[in-house]
Amino acid sequence: MSLLAVEQLDARHGLLQAVRGVSFALAEGEILALVGANGAGKTTLLRSISGAHRISAGRVLFDGADISAVRASARVRMGIALVPEGRRLFAGMTVEENLTVAGETRRRGHWNLETVLEAFPMLRPLLRRRSGDLSGGQQQAAAIGRALMTNPRVLLLDEVSLGLSPVAVNMVYESLQGVIAGGATIVLVEQDLSRALRIATRVACMLEGRIVLEGKASDMTRERVTEAYFGLRRPDAGSAVS
Amino acid sequence: MIWADQIVQGIFLGGYYALIACGLSFMFGVLRIINLAHGSIAVLSAYLVWMLADRWNVSPFLALVAIVPAMAAAGWLLQRTVLERSLRSGALTPLLSTFGLAVMLDNLLFEKFGADTRSLAPNIGDLAFNSWTVGGGVTIGQLALLTFGVALALLGGLQLFLNRTPLGRAIRATAEDADTAELVGIDSRRVYAAAAAIAIATVAIAGTFLGMRATFDPYTGPAQLIFAFEAIVIGGTGSLWGTLIGGIVLGVAQNLGSQVSPRGFLIAGHAVFFVVLAARFVLAGRDPRTLFGALRRAPI
Repeated sequence: MSLLAVEQLDARHGLLQAVRGVSFALAEGEILALVGANGAGKTTLLRSISGAHRISAGRVLFDGADISAVRASARVRMGIALVPEGRRLFAGMTVEENLTVAGETRRRGHWNLETVLEAFPMLRPLLRRRSGDLSGGQQQAAAIGRALMTNPRVLLLDEVSLGLSPVAVNMVYESLQGVIAGGATIVLVEQDLSRALRIATRVACMLEGRIVLEGKASDMTRERVTEAYFGLRRPDAGSAVS
Repeated sequence: MIWADQIVQGIFLGGYYALIACGLSFMFGVLRIINLAHGSIAVLSAYLVWMLADRWNVSPFLALVAIVPAMAAAGWLLQRTVLERSLRSGALTPLLSTFGLAVMLDNLLFEKFGADTRSLAPNIGDLAFNSWTVGGGVTIGQLALLTFGVALALLGGLQLFLNRTPLGRAIRATAEDADTAELVGIDSRRVYAAAAAIAIATVAIAGTFLGMRATFDPYTGPAQLIFAFEAIVIGGTGSLWGTLIGGIVLGVAQNLGSQVSPRGFLIAGHAVFFVVLAARFVLAGRDPRTLFGALRRAPI
């Protein structure tokens, strides 16, 4: 049975339909990279899975249970954590407070303050600093650490590298490798196609709210994904559409 | 020497203003609601304590043991049943609903207790009027000192609570960004209800001190709301220690004003409030939206 499944999911921003009939299923330990141009619906899809965005049709299933009507905070306690686009740390609170406030969901698991600091050693000297004063890379590390503190079974990562310097991106992904090696189940939204293909076990490409290409990362070529990314390969052109 | 005494009395009066403003500041900082029923809820608390004190001869301090949890529960219910729904309908609706609540409370109190003024002073014995003379014509009232001490303890306790406890951190996180707080597992509805409970519990304490230091009637609430609001605006909205400073500035201004003219008490207080508000407008680039944005700060 899949750990996370999305069935015929629709989500809107007012009159604009951002996600259209998206379906996929994710088994435990899989890493799905969602790629696509700006406005393709990736962030809305991730926010819909996390409960931060209300869906207009379809279902989100977690461990076989329909959680479509469950509040975001309850989904976190069930084991779904989102690292939102733009990090959205609590700027007035210290890094330590940002981490501990998430740890109070009391889900049992591997992650606690010490293990998060082992995975992201750059955070250790910053614990007493206001998170609003951190650099982009440090904020991203804190945001991922904060999500890990909830001991998620599924980690949703939205635009990890957005707005970061190449050095900061490398640093964050280096730490993230440790999390991945631990067998985490991840849905990753990433603009950097090469990096997404390296990390993911599966890749799904979104265009105008739909998944237009999906498959094993090992079966994907950069050219094939790029074609789907820019809409050169349409769903009716024979690609694997879920 | 009269001036020195007036300044000292103003500082102690500021302690009372900080006490009454504490809940209003906390509620605004966390829930972004200006609770127009704040003064009326304080007066309701004073009446509840007065009922216990008058009918069963219970000390007002002992009565607080029962009234504070009861008012906290009322705050929780108020948030879950009225304010939570109001907040979903925009910024104006909570103002209207708390205004409606104030009108309802004032008139229910009038219906139940009539227009007679009451006081808890007879129930606290000598504490109501005893004072120490510290030299130079300066006197320190025992009740005024106690009120100031309670205000300090309450503000300090709230600050510690916000910084050191899991619920306090959850309240700060929710006050800063409720949507993101949900994403780290914090149920913002519960946190808001807990914050409302805490705010109304502090109002109960303030209402009891109002009853001990002065007389009250069913329509005393709106004036208390104005003083509390002025203290908050002077000290910086949403800042707990700023509330204390704002209260002291207001209290000193009022007492000094009363030395200039009999009507100077209110006029001087309002004038300081107006000057601070105008200065904030100017500093905010004469943009009311910026001013409103500047007011939106978490109670930390």
